[in-house]
Amino acid sequence: MIHGILGIWNYWIVIILMMTGLFIVISRHNLVKKMVGLTIFQTSVFLFYISLGKVQGGTAPILTGYKDSLYSNPLPHVLILTAIVVGVATTALGLALILRIKSEYGTIEENEIAKLNTEENSK
Amino acid sequence: MIDLIAIENHLPALQVVIPLLLAPFAILVSLPFLSWLVALFGSLFCLYSSVSLFFHVSEFGKINYFMGGWLPPYGIEYVIDDASSFMIVLISLMGVFATIFAYQSLKKEINKKSQSKVYGMWLLALGGLLGLVTTGDAFNLFVFLEISSLSSVTLVALGSKNDKRALTAAFNYLLIGAVGATFYVIGVGLLYSVTGTLNIADLTIKISELTGNNSVKAGISFIIIGLMVKAAIFPLHIWLPSAYTFAPSAVAVLLTATATKAALYVLARILFTLLFNADDFTVIILQWVLLPASIVAIFFGTIRAIFEKDIKKLLAFSSLSQIGYITIGLTLGTASGIMASFIHIANHSMMKAALFMGIGAISIQLNKSINVDDLKGLSKSMPVTSISLTVVILSLLGIPLTIGFISKVYLLKAVFSHGNWPILFIIVLTSFLALGYAWQMIENIWMKQPGDTTLTIKDDPKIYIPLVVLAVFNIIFGIYAYPIVNSAFNASAAIFWKAL
Repeated sequence: MIHGILGIWNYWIVIILMMTGLFIVISRHNLVKKMVGLTIFQTSVFLFYISLGKVQGGTAPILTGYKDSLYSNPLPHVLILTAIVVGVATTALGLALILRIKSEYGTIEENEIAKLNTEENSK
Repeated sequence: MIDLIAIENHLPALQVVIPLLLAPFAILVSLPFLSWLVALFGSLFCLYSSVSLFFHVSEFGKINYFMGGWLPPYGIEYVIDDASSFMIVLISLMGVFATIFAYQSLKKEINKKSQSKVYGMWLLALGGLLGLVTTGDAFNLFVFLEISSLSSVTLVALGSKNDKRALTAAFNYLLIGAVGATFYVIGVGLLYSVTGTLNIADLTIKISELTGNNSVKAGISFIIIGLMVKAAIFPLHIWLPSAYTFAPSAVAVLLTATATKAALYVLARILFTLLFNADDFTVIILQWVLLPASIVAIFFGTIRAIFEKDIKKLLAFSSLSQIGYITIGLTLGTASGIMASFIHIANHSMMKAALFMGIGAISIQLNKSINVDDLKGLSKSMPVTSISLTVVILSLLGIPLTIGFISKVYLLKAVFSHGNWPILFIIVLTSFLALGYAWQMIENIWMKQPGDTTLTIKDDPKIYIPLVVLAVFNIIFGIYAYPIVNSAFNASAAIFWKAL
């Protein structure tokens, strides 16, 4: 039982990171911290995919000339390369928006922005 | 010499690649008018390719296009069947209308220096959505989901010239959208871990052998939640009202007509093509997740719209309730229900796009967000816009001879044959409730004396042409509904029957 749980410790790390990231996104008021949370959340998914591709004792998937060489599954790595690019784009866009929000509102705290927005609404 | 026949064969790829390739050109030419021409050319090309694909598919059947000649399940496959060709025609047609409307509207509504850049994002959004509905690869679908949503976030944020709240709306859209997309990736990863494939057709076969597998259930749940965020289905709709309200009018037109609709289509395909054999679990999702969500969405959207004064926000909440009608059709789990959903996807795109165009035409001239009171006496100052708006509002209510009526009839017919009386009652009741928000617009337009502001504005042919065409479509397809109904029937058959 214990062995079964510990044997998949990498997935436990994925779940812990995932929940940490999602919790930060939901609970923090600072927009930059929200982006940090989002990045942690996405990174946990990258780890999840890479764990899937790992074959015990396998090497890098490179043609070596040996016939029966055991290698890890390269496909999840390729997918995650794409997902990392998407993640970088998301973070860049988010940070750019935060810059604009800072210059328009003068703050990046969500509750203060919400207060300013309600003032704007009642105008 | 370029071989024309060879180009025809590659249309499934080109309709996605051309807008993506044109996007940097639209940014580089840096003259707003030229950039707009590039965008218009891109959207017209998409319309051409999607229409010719549509006719090709309806004549010769489904097209499987292998990207780069790599065969599935290893290569990426683009599937153009009756359902996805229905969607690409809808998206590119609405894309053309929105692009024509965009030039005048964006000229007034966004900063001068971003005017040519906006069309780059515009084309990216269009290409992303077209890719989203045609791709047959689960991970490729994620990439297109992100291309389209990142570019729509940028487009929404451009509304910040008039109202700084556009920035927070865009940020929330980005954050919630990114979490939704990541949920989708987790789901795909879980499915990949048990099936070892990403091709949707291949996944369908492999999943059907794995009924009751918990990884599959968890993966599907993650995917459905992720797509519900993108489609703005009730509890996950938070980003939608503010994004539509503060976005530039043309962007609201594009997003309402295409973005949520593409996500709804993908949801339908996951539910009915991918899951056709996991019966118990599909029923649980439909009956206990989507059905309550869409009923609450219909009530919540309608009631919030009744008490809303800002018209763009009113329309956004009305969109929420209309998305509820679309998902109710899906939850029936019958071919006629899916057909009703497809009819309403097309019809709601046309209605909401026209409404946002009409309201946009007014707000461009008044240079502010429009309240219900601002519509007072509009019939005197803007007769053409008023008549078109009224037609579309009546269509939204489901008055006979309009497309809204066709939607309601087929939805009610599907619910009726399913025998689900409470839902039938709810649909009829909420249709009457919708009068609450629609009537105050009509009343203000036609029966009130104009205020001071309304008298200063007048019709502008450059702006109202796409609106009038869409309003005419609302009537034409309301009387001669065969094209939409028939292609929606084929689409539902492609998604549902063949799978069984």
